[in-house]
Amino acid sequence: MNMEQYYFQTDQLQWLLDNLLDEGYRCVGPQVRDGAIMYDELSRVEQLPRGMTETQAPGSYSLKKHASQKYFDWANGPQAIKPLLFAPQEKLWQSAQAADGQISFNTAGPELKPVAIIGARACDIAAMKLQDQHFLQQQYSDPFYKSRRENLLIIAVNCGHPAATCFCHSTGDGPFVEDDEAAADMVLTELEHGFLIAAYTDRGEKILEGLALDGCNQQHLDESASIKARSSIQDKQLPQFDIRSSLLKELDNKAWDSIAETCLSCGNCTSVCPTCFCHSENDVPELDGKSSSHFREWDSCFSQGHSYIHGITIRSNTSQRYRQWLTHKFSTWHDQYGRSGCVGCGRCVTWCPVGIDVIESLAKFGGDAS
Amino acid sequence: MSHNKPAIAVHKFSSCDGCQLALLNLGESLLTLSSMVDILHFAEAGPVDENAKVDIAIIEGSISTTDDIERINRIRENSTLVMTIGACATAGGLQALRNMANTQQWIADIYANPAVIKSLEKSTAIKKHIKVDLELWGCPVSSRQIVSAIRALLFGVLPEEQNDKVCMECKRRQIVCVMVAKNEPCMGPVTRTGCGALCPSVGRDCYGCYGPAENPNTQAMANRLEGLGLVKDEVARRFLFINSGAEAFHRQGVRSREAE
Repeated sequence: MNMEQYYFQTDQLQWLLDNLLDEGYRCVGPQVRDGAIMYDELSRVEQLPRGMTETQAPGSYSLKKHASQKYFDWANGPQAIKPLLFAPQEKLWQSAQAADGQISFNTAGPELKPVAIIGARACDIAAMKLQDQHFLQQQYSDPFYKSRRENLLIIAVNCGHPAATCFCHSTGDGPFVEDDEAAADMVLTELEHGFLIAAYTDRGEKILEGLALDGCNQQHLDESASIKARSSIQDKQLPQFDIRSSLLKELDNKAWDSIAETCLSCGNCTSVCPTCFCHSENDVPELDGKSSSHFREWDSCFSQGHSYIHGITIRSNTSQRYRQWLTHKFSTWHDQYGRSGCVGCGRCVTWCPVGIDVIESLAKFGGDAS
Repeated sequence: MSHNKPAIAVHKFSSCDGCQLALLNLGESLLTLSSMVDILHFAEAGPVDENAKVDIAIIEGSISTTDDIERINRIRENSTLVMTIGACATAGGLQALRNMANTQQWIADIYANPAVIKSLEKSTAIKKHIKVDLELWGCPVSSRQIVSAIRALLFGVLPEEQNDKVCMECKRRQIVCVMVAKNEPCMGPVTRTGCGALCPSVGRDCYGCYGPAENPNTQAMANRLEGLGLVKDEVARRFLFINSGAEAFHRQGVRSREAE
């Protein structure tokens, strides 16, 4: 990280929130809700999950109190940035028929109020860059995503507490934000008694200027480096063989069927995946038949509709659907977006109701190398 | 049909009337609907003309008496389209639990004069007796589902089938998974969507009232429920409940029970 880092005491964190609110941002940050750390509207630091941590395992997530009084000493819950930018369900346009029979179409504009998200991790930033590629950097950009993206200020937090399901270090996406492209506006590192903060963008710089900050000292930097070293030691890692080419050579492997015996084909993995972007569109006409709304909502390669084409469901069974997910995520994603679609956040492992571990699945297709 | 407006009838068989309430609870939409169609038979709402010829017959309830069989056949003859609403009409309902018991025996055990009970051996879905054009699942169905189905039929098309798992809707609503975070024995991963993930949204487990989703892996679901601490008989009861007559749930329920 080359950006200049500043230091402030833990009890000054509210300054940052106040400053964001004063600048007209709606703040969204991590909070305990229904037994998990979820992103909701935030205005006071007391809402943050201070002193909380969690244990994650395949198919299992449990919150607990922590000895530490840190604000961000936990690993990701099921969400972070994705639902803020790629809405789970949204209206794209409306059509209406006037009394004279004329039909009009109106685009439904997304809300434009600037939003600041606090707490996103390095894996989330990496995932957002992939979603940016998909929604913004192709021939046609998505106006809904674009508008929300332009209005999103991101205050990332370097990860000091990866879960047992995390493997961002092996995908090269974490645990600290190494942000050459300045996708995050600011990055926080939580130390024992305070925070390091750095701005990566002009918008971030503007917020920093509003805070009375001290420079950081070598002790702070050493503490940060040791957190990074500790967080980089993760139990889970991608298998060492060439996943991209191996998967495509194993399309007829019986292992797909054995995974399908356990897989519920429920779509939880793709819904929590911060890079999955598949959606379906449907029309909801008003009862009187005079107007109709066109919606987009998250879909999944595990649904029947995802591969339904004119009377035929191309992937009717779970084995084919799981294969589609894994080969797209780890192989053909490279062809589309220049890298793997996995950022190592481990959400698909934790939030799979039957605890299917994507790392174990991958290992089945490594041939002799595995 | 001789009517200017499409004619609709709402018929009740063995059921609790809850699905008809989904229609009655439409509020303003019900007024809109009544201005667009002629509701010729809907006993719970007022109009009674059981033998009316209609464009759409909406059927609530299961077939459980010999009279029911005669009546549903008459309705089929009188109706262009037949749409079943709810678990009873679509899968036999909660009362289909008796299909796995000795009907004569329990009638004798309960009633002072068993001879007056003219019940069929089984409570069955409407489609076991007549051709059904459209089925809406749920116990009860949601008002939203009914409106969109009627709207589609009035346009002259079939409504899009909603057969995804409840999990899809649950995740879209950003509800914390009750199975992963609270170890609740949630049936969401094998259950058909349409309710809007109602039960998980209030922190409890789905109990499968919308019946099986497409491609349900009931055996993996059963294994997981056992992993959460349910004994096989409890697992069987998760499947043999509101939709015990739905094939995928019935098969798994029986399998889990017999495995005990």
